[in-house]
Amino acid sequence: MNKQDFPIFAAYPDTVYLDSAATAQKPQCVMDAVAQYYAAENANPLRGLYDLSVRATDAYENARTAVRDFIHAASKREIIFTRNATESLNLVAYSWGRETLCRHDEILVAVSEHHSNLVPWQIVSQKTGARLRFLECDKTGTYTEAMLRNALTPQTKIFAIAQISNVFGILNPIREFAEICHKNDTLIVCDGTQSVPHLPVDVQALDVDFLAFSGHKMYAPMGIGVLYGKRELLEQMPPFLSGGEMIEYVQRESATYAELPHKFEAGTVNVGGAVGLHAAIDYINRIGFDKIQQHENRLTALAFEQMREISGVQIIGAPDAAAHHGIITFSVDGVHPHDIAAIFDADRIAVRAGHHCAQPLHQYLGAASTARMSIGLYNDEQDIERFISTLKTVRRRMGYE
Amino acid sequence: MNDHFYNEVLIDHNLHPQHLHELPCATCSHAGLNPSCGDEITLHLQLENGIVQSGSYTGVGCAISQASADIMLDLIIGRQKEDALHLAELFKKMIAGEISDDELDELEEAGAFQNVSKMPARVKCAVLAWKTLELLLHENG
Repeated sequence: MNKQDFPIFAAYPDTVYLDSAATAQKPQCVMDAVAQYYAAENANPLRGLYDLSVRATDAYENARTAVRDFIHAASKREIIFTRNATESLNLVAYSWGRETLCRHDEILVAVSEHHSNLVPWQIVSQKTGARLRFLECDKTGTYTEAMLRNALTPQTKIFAIAQISNVFGILNPIREFAEICHKNDTLIVCDGTQSVPHLPVDVQALDVDFLAFSGHKMYAPMGIGVLYGKRELLEQMPPFLSGGEMIEYVQRESATYAELPHKFEAGTVNVGGAVGLHAAIDYINRIGFDKIQQHENRLTALAFEQMREISGVQIIGAPDAAAHHGIITFSVDGVHPHDIAAIFDADRIAVRAGHHCAQPLHQYLGAASTARMSIGLYNDEQDIERFISTLKTVRRRMGYE
Repeated sequence: MNDHFYNEVLIDHNLHPQHLHELPCATCSHAGLNPSCGDEITLHLQLENGIVQSGSYTGVGCAISQASADIMLDLIIGRQKEDALHLAELFKKMIAGEISDDELDELEEAGAFQNVSKMPARVKCAVLAWKTLELLLHENG
């Protein structure tokens, strides 16, 4: 579907790209939008008093409006542009966490979290004395409402969890989790990196307090990301970075800060990236999530059902394809994941191998590392066929059988 | 039909390692970690009078890291510490693509890794055992 929109596949017609959970390829329309911005609208935004600067400001703020509409936020002021989801989550940890938490408080982190939603909380815990605790999933990657209720205590101030796990591909019931958290006076910070590119996300319906995601995994350029935060929370939080653009009035010893969202966007911002993200959102909307989900889920099922039949291949996570949302993590008996990835690479198929930035989860699963294939909207049946036919050869090529 | 992904020497040492075991008589051990891959090996040596009397490794990793450790131990057991360090130098030279034919002969079976110099993503896997050996010998000299 839509493979022809992505120039990289014209440059490498032989390559099968199954690593979209790491980063997605970019459609021509995104590249054109970025080039057009730099060709016709570039100036330093938000401060210039001349025509070009106004154009740059408009391009940037129009992108913010597009993001607001895309995730159904109540206000543009709740959309903070960052470099990526990691920076967004660090913003929450540093600005909210370090300011608010103290000894006797607890931070609850899902054990399957990507390092970006774990390590910042480890640091907050070390700096504030707040206790870091883990919500453990079962072997299929499932977290239930009962598990969460049991893990929350009166001291739990924040719960960190991804909407879709980058290892299991499983979709967590974030709306239900948010409700449980809020009854306990606990905030919920959600990593939407693997969900926002693949399914409709409505932050008001989910009622999350914070949502972080990266542009580059949703067909936008690298270097642009988003933090959504509820306005009343963002208003109370101190700036994360400081300097130009985020101030209102500066004296020698002190300064007053700009209003939201600029309070959190210090320094000259990435307008080109924001414009690219805007174009990526328009692209996704033109195709429509109905079609994207139907296509990606069909390919996931096609791969999953065949992988199950290959002897020596173990799928990590839920036993049904519908729970995987384009992400299938697996191992091959007796073969290290790096050798698996090297064999795929020799057949010009890109898959990921390693711990997928989730080392505590791999320790919990008892696996040093795993291999992962992940699907984007540009993949097709031929890609899955090539993947399966190479997977069938892996054990033999490593000297087994 | 031979369609093995790596050469026979490497495949064989990975599937049938001789030196993958504990070493109760070890006089020193050192852990080596390749964080990008998750390869981890611990090298155990029995060093006496500057001679590697016996050795083994434990741990998990990809075929390249495991076979490299096994072949290295084949080469260095029974040798003087200085000879072992000399071979480590040669191995690194080979991976850097700077080795002469005579030097390559000295590496014997370890020459099977010569192609890794063309696989930049796997260099760390191949040199893990050798770098761990260097650290161990320098710490126990």
